[in-house]
Amino acid sequence: MKILVSIKRVVDFNVKIRVKSDGSGVDLANLKMSMNPFDEIGVEEAVRLREAGHASEIVVVSCGVAQCQEVLRTALAMGADRAILVQTDEELQPLAVAKILKAIFEREKPQLVILGKQAIDDDANQTGQMLAALAGLPQATFASKLALADGWAQVTREVDAGLQTVSVKLPAVVTTDLRLNEPRYVTLPNIMKAKKKPLETLTPKDLSVDVRARLQTLRTVEPPQRKAGIRVPDVATLVQKLRNEAKVIS
Amino acid sequence: MAALVLAEHDNRQLRSSTLNVVTAAGRMAGDVHLLVAGSGCAAVAAQAAQVAGVSKVLVADAPHLAQELSECVAEQLAALAAGYSHVAAPATSFGKDVLPRAAARHDCAPVSDIIAVEAPDTFARPIYAGNAIATVRCAEPIKFVTVRATSFDAAAIRSDAAAPIEAVAAVADPGLSRFVSREGAKLDRPELQGARVVVSGGRGLGSAENFKLLAQVADRLNAALGASRAAVDAGYAPNDWQVGQTGKIVAPQLYLAVGISGAIQHLAGMKDSKVIVAINKDPEAPIFQVADYGLVADLFEALPQLLKELG
Repeated sequence: MKILVSIKRVVDFNVKIRVKSDGSGVDLANLKMSMNPFDEIGVEEAVRLREAGHASEIVVVSCGVAQCQEVLRTALAMGADRAILVQTDEELQPLAVAKILKAIFEREKPQLVILGKQAIDDDANQTGQMLAALAGLPQATFASKLALADGWAQVTREVDAGLQTVSVKLPAVVTTDLRLNEPRYVTLPNIMKAKKKPLETLTPKDLSVDVRARLQTLRTVEPPQRKAGIRVPDVATLVQKLRNEAKVIS
Repeated sequence: MAALVLAEHDNRQLRSSTLNVVTAAGRMAGDVHLLVAGSGCAAVAAQAAQVAGVSKVLVADAPHLAQELSECVAEQLAALAAGYSHVAAPATSFGKDVLPRAAARHDCAPVSDIIAVEAPDTFARPIYAGNAIATVRCAEPIKFVTVRATSFDAAAIRSDAAAPIEAVAAVADPGLSRFVSREGAKLDRPELQGARVVVSGGRGLGSAENFKLLAQVADRLNAALGASRAAVDAGYAPNDWQVGQTGKIVAPQLYLAVGISGAIQHLAGMKDSKVIVAINKDPEAPIFQVADYGLVADLFEALPQLLKELG
């Protein structure tokens, strides 16, 4: 069985971003970039499925600027077999990525497509769902457990009320949530081996996909800042302040 | 212009997040219709008809719509979307799962998690874990959006008139998925989303047993219980208590963060709370930067004292 995993290169989750004062966007200059944490979980899940004998090949794909090769190499070092970079310098929004992935899906014909549930930069949480719709596949989003059997995937999803378990017919799209697994560290020997694994570069044009941005960002600003708070010396003072000053408790 | 709002419910009752979406939809379009897709959900439709600002309720009732299966609900929503200028759903796990799928069926780019409506085609939304707010213009023929409930007031329930309820044909089950089971404790306390007070614990609590101490404080304050990702990962709290960038977004009148360090991703879920209190033994914990009242103390001493002071 072939698994396709989609990964995104984003600002590292530890970085505190700065909003440009002219409203034109977030200042990304010289920031550390990494694989989106949810996508890393996706690669890890694919590798575990292969180690358990469910999958024979893992193809990893990333869309964007040439530097996306870095996250693809990391995925190869984690255990993916082959990488595809769909390269463009144009702004790629989720619908465009979903269309690119649909084209890759039709080309590669995997039984399972895994994406992170959301990218930590745009926090959109849309791409997996849209890919599933475009390709006519079932979707199991926010997965915290995944098991394959008899051409179906049983997925436990983290939902607002707790957990929901569904069964989806393969091929299917699964998006990962935080507790699906803990990704492995990449070892140096695997990083060296990864350099020899195939990395193919395509363009959206090669795939006949129109990646025109549909949404226009007019301005980007900082959120309203909270006023600085105070330290209280003890619980008694805290409760007194909450009762009499803030008036949020009785 | 008319907006179609996808109602969230459990086939017996409307979920409160729906009411906040109705308010947001009212700012986008003159007419707001509510779609109730479910099974045996007539009671929900009746409630929906009493929501202020709703001029029509559409009901699709079929067994395969009982369990919020993505493919079924999204297909139902997509089938009805043509003719509306806006389609809105709450930014809950349900809405986030379904709405983008319906949007893609119409080749429309959706806008996620809006916190303000500036114009019928212009929305503000948080990015980078809420550390930046982007104002986005959407020129799509149908504006598909998910709405952050905490950013809009809930529409009122009227007792006088009721909107007309119209049954619509349920789309066929695509047969791509099956519901297996669900798990979630029914608590005798307010739900996280929409609670007036939230008491939240982090890894500092040290065990699931210790969360019971926190629960006593929550009981006394009639509060919902929340948790940081670290606490859930460690097994001290169930996943549906998680507050944060990828968990629940809450904005209560009072958020009490106990033993929570205040990572960027956690702040994303609670920094719009009206009053934030932090109790942590580390004076350098980032949570103190957003706290209105900060108490540097050992939570195992502070919590019993808090219970005593609250009376």
